[in-house]
Amino acid sequence: MITLKYFANLKTIAEKEEERLDIKNPITVDQLSDIISKTTPKMGEMIREKKILISVNEEMASVDTIIHDGDEVAFLPPFSGGTK
Amino acid sequence: MSTTTDSKISIQLEDFSVTDEIEAMKKVSRNIGGITTFLGTGRELSKGQNISQLNFEHYPKMAEKKLAEIREKAIKDFGIIDMSIIHRIGPIEIGENIVLIVATGEHRKETFVACEWAIAELKRTTPIWKRETTSTGEVWVQDTP
Repeated sequence: MITLKYFANLKTIAEKEEERLDIKNPITVDQLSDIISKTTPKMGEMIREKKILISVNEEMASVDTIIHDGDEVAFLPPFSGGTK
Repeated sequence: MSTTTDSKISIQLEDFSVTDEIEAMKKVSRNIGGITTFLGTGRELSKGQNISQLNFEHYPKMAEKKLAEIREKAIKDFGIIDMSIIHRIGPIEIGENIVLIVATGEHRKETFVACEWAIAELKRTTPIWKRETTSTGEVWVQDTP
């Protein structure tokens, strides 16, 4: 079981803040993106267009990062903290 | 709610006192000869629209971790004595404090450079998001100039 977290506008797009997903074997971020695309095509599109950053266990991930059972994956839109 | 991973790093709902933060940092060393601060506050006008309220959201743990990394790198790379970073989350009214960075050093030069680098790095790497409420609705801000 892995935990998926959505932040800021992605909560609206995914229509949830958090979900759990069963994975039988470790998968890559790329493979997870394919799974997400099937349930939420808009998310898949934004991931492909690199409008979303993805972290695994609070570290920035790449498409090749391996996700294991128990990991926490977060979908992060561009940051806008601080002030201009 | 207040989340703190280090006494010099804080992501918090509550407002902060700039004076208190500076005084606390002055106590770190008797060799401090210069202090640079950056204070970010809620601005009313954004892209030609009046903002009635701001709201900040963060990714707990990861955001604190990123701020701690920024502080450690600033101390190491710029030779400053210390740095503290506070970022507020939740609803922020116009004119209220949002973010404070205090950089202390023996001389002013390194504190200016470290402070400017730290706020730019914060915006680039820290998972904090801003939502602006205007007369036409709410929008998540996604530009990072």
